[in-house]
Amino acid sequence: MRRRSATPLWRNRPIMAVLVVTAVIALVAAACTPGGGGGDNGATGSYVDIINERGFTDEQVAAALKTYLPSGEWDEYVMFASGGHSGQVIAIGIPSMRILKNIGVFTPEPWQGWGYGNVEQQAVFDAGNVRGNEIRWGDTHHPALSETEGDYDGKLLFINDKANARVALIDLRDWETKQIVKNPVSIVDHGGTFVTPNTEYVIEGGQYANPLGWDYAPLEEYEAKYRGMVTFWKVDRDKARIDESRSFALELPPYWQDLCDSGKKVSEGWIFCNSFNVEMARGKVTDGADFEAGASAGENDYLHVIDLKKAEALYEAGKTTEVDGFPIIPLQTLIDEGVLYFIPEPKSPHGADVTPGGEYIVVSGKLDPHVTIYSFDKIQKAIADKNWEPDRYGVPVLDFDAVKEAQVEVGLGPLHTQFDDKGYAYTSIFLDSVVSRWSLGPPYKEGDEAWKLVGRIPINYNVGHIAAAEGDTVSPDGNYLVSLNKWSIDRFLPPGPLLPQNLQLIDIDQPPINPTVDVGGTDPNGMQLLYDMPLALGEPHYAQIIKADKLEANTFEIYPEIGWDPAKMAVDPDAPVAGNERVERNGNTVEIWMTAIRSHYTPDRIDVKKGDHVIWHITNIDLSKDATHGFALPGYNVTLSLEPGETTTIEFDATESGTFPFYCTEFCSALHLEMAGYFLVEP
Amino acid sequence: MASLRDRILGPPVPKDELAEHAPRYRKPMLFFGVAALLLVVSLFLPYWILKLQAPQFPDGLTVSAYVNRLEGDVEILEGLNHYVGMPSFEHGAVLERSVSIIAIIVLAGLLLAAFFIHSRWVVLLALPALLFPLAFLADLQFWLWRYGHSLDPRAPLANAVGEFTPPIFGPAKIAQFHTLALPGPGLILAFIASVLVGFGLYHHRKAYKPLLDRILAEEHANP
Repeated sequence: MRRRSATPLWRNRPIMAVLVVTAVIALVAAACTPGGGGGDNGATGSYVDIINERGFTDEQVAAALKTYLPSGEWDEYVMFASGGHSGQVIAIGIPSMRILKNIGVFTPEPWQGWGYGNVEQQAVFDAGNVRGNEIRWGDTHHPALSETEGDYDGKLLFINDKANARVALIDLRDWETKQIVKNPVSIVDHGGTFVTPNTEYVIEGGQYANPLGWDYAPLEEYEAKYRGMVTFWKVDRDKARIDESRSFALELPPYWQDLCDSGKKVSEGWIFCNSFNVEMARGKVTDGADFEAGASAGENDYLHVIDLKKAEALYEAGKTTEVDGFPIIPLQTLIDEGVLYFIPEPKSPHGADVTPGGEYIVVSGKLDPHVTIYSFDKIQKAIADKNWEPDRYGVPVLDFDAVKEAQVEVGLGPLHTQFDDKGYAYTSIFLDSVVSRWSLGPPYKEGDEAWKLVGRIPINYNVGHIAAAEGDTVSPDGNYLVSLNKWSIDRFLPPGPLLPQNLQLIDIDQPPINPTVDVGGTDPNGMQLLYDMPLALGEPHYAQIIKADKLEANTFEIYPEIGWDPAKMAVDPDAPVAGNERVERNGNTVEIWMTAIRSHYTPDRIDVKKGDHVIWHITNIDLSKDATHGFALPGYNVTLSLEPGETTTIEFDATESGTFPFYCTEFCSALHLEMAGYFLVEP
Repeated sequence: MASLRDRILGPPVPKDELAEHAPRYRKPMLFFGVAALLLVVSLFLPYWILKLQAPQFPDGLTVSAYVNRLEGDVEILEGLNHYVGMPSFEHGAVLERSVSIIAIIVLAGLLLAAFFIHSRWVVLLALPALLFPLAFLADLQFWLWRYGHSLDPRAPLANAVGEFTPPIFGPAKIAQFHTLALPGPGLILAFIASVLVGFGLYHHRKAYKPLLDRILAEEHANP
């Protein structure tokens, strides 16, 4: 039989009352102790002393506490930022703002061995060659994470190269570039990359118009011969590759198309791109007015509204012409079939951003202090009512007043807009150097609360794009926002005249305290600047911020099996493994199967003759996390990174005779220096 | 006088006796049966677990020895073993690993066969299962000694570490690794099975010895 106490302790009210009171007194006493209980017993002294010594304000302490990550703790988000003219993508943890990786994309990157001998990587680079010219840099602008139902899925990352009109694909299983495609139609691009809500297509918008393909035409023939474009690259999700054979482009007027965004939810299937040279300025030499003045002379530029489903049907029906073998839907077909519409937008816009539910498109003209919000429903109605006038090429220009939903004054030089989960939008304000927070209309905010400016947080300085946590998806997270500032001026110790850029982390988790703020003012109204991060390897343009757990579910810790070929994302059956290392000569070709393990290469001596063709396979047969081996072959411009399990192949002609030590470039073990060998090329 | 077969099988239990004292005769069967079941279950569980901790392995490493294979961070450990010159695991206990599954099924089968033996010869069928866990440990100890004493003298750390015998259970330190060897759930089941076999034998004797004595006494009275 079980015994029961007469009265449980927790039911004995007098005793419990005494206990509770004691506990409360103990807690209050602890809270009142200097240093909040931390006391001055630690080796570093009380944190209160540190705060006092360094003269921090409460707000600065709060900012520090919000971004500090103790050793071993991981960031909640990862931001993939374009690396600008470094040609790379930079992965940055949020809220710590620590760089996790610079992913080599268009530019060779020696640490990752990206582009220094590996034959399959060479093939990726070569696919991005421009008319036979090896281009080994890029101007990366707008990363796009793959999406499923309008939400980041953490599988793929796309990035464009403005300088050469190329798009690259990064596989987020190993965070390595797998593919570069060159746009055959365009010389340069800008408005890429953006994905459709299920990543059926990657959108690459054009920029500076040129005769499609690579034709010559003098600027005098601008109107007749020069054209803009937007390209839809088909994504094969199963193969994790862009399928060039199922991709197509649209021929557009030479209006210097800029950023695009995909419609979502109610507007899924539609694409919105803006433009900024509807004036068709041709520069000072040709017109007497430089591009700066000429391209901003008119009142408006045109938001391009594209019916992607119709365009896709036209492509599939073969209603295309070919430029350099690439299918293009002609402008006249786009007009005749109702694929393309224009909407006047405030001049020189940057950013066409669709709200999370897809109801509105937000456009900012850099020379207009307002954001202009268009309603997708009204656009559809105007199209149905044929409420338009044709432009000089015959493209229907929808009536501005019929499709405009609202305009909100946000400040001087608005650029680019992101969203949160509380019904607010955030717009970067370049000239005022602030980020403005403003409220959306129905269904996000109703009545008096709709379309109001509710905060302006100063940033340092000259913000370009902004990136909010999952802030361009169907479900933004609304806690962090990063201001990607073009200038840092005085924020950091000056490292010579070329200054780093300044990425500023802003806490947007708190709702506004006051209902509205003054448009000329600098009242953050609940937002808080947390951290300044210098970025010193190029100019990040756009960035996207993804919840880290989506990546963790997909990312390899080590390659799944020994002999894994990252280019194929599969085991290479011919990869060297322990026990089958060998050197085979076949005529003038010497083929080597080598393994690397802490801390030796097998075999560690290779003999060839001058003029031999060398095919060299190396597998890292270590499977310990971080047991990465390098392989440098001085004299032959080879450096490789062999992550655990990875196999790779280099191929070259032994044109130089001599004695070449090869060695491991990663400090892989206590006997790392001993991890070396000799490549002997007999004259 | 009974035949050899009868002497080994022992006397059948008379129906009225079985009806009257069923639990007495079922007890040894129950112990043997459960022991056989535990042995079969143990095939699916690790017998010996080695845990390793080192600064560069914050999550630690674990190798689990089943009766026929190793699982866990085996490849990583193999990679590390070459520093001290330990032979590859694939050369160890080859015979044991190849026969273990069949051998243990046979042990369990013998226990089931013991249901039909009502004489003291039952000990022969039960003894292998009774001693099996001890034999496993003796064999493991042998291989641990063998591996710790077969270091390749050309290995980078062979001289620094020197010959050693890893302990069969408990903690040890090899280079920067703190190791902890533990009995696995499979071995624990095998030990429980061994104890159950012991109980089974006790109850077997308690049931059949009086029966046999009575039959012998009757035979003696009525030759």
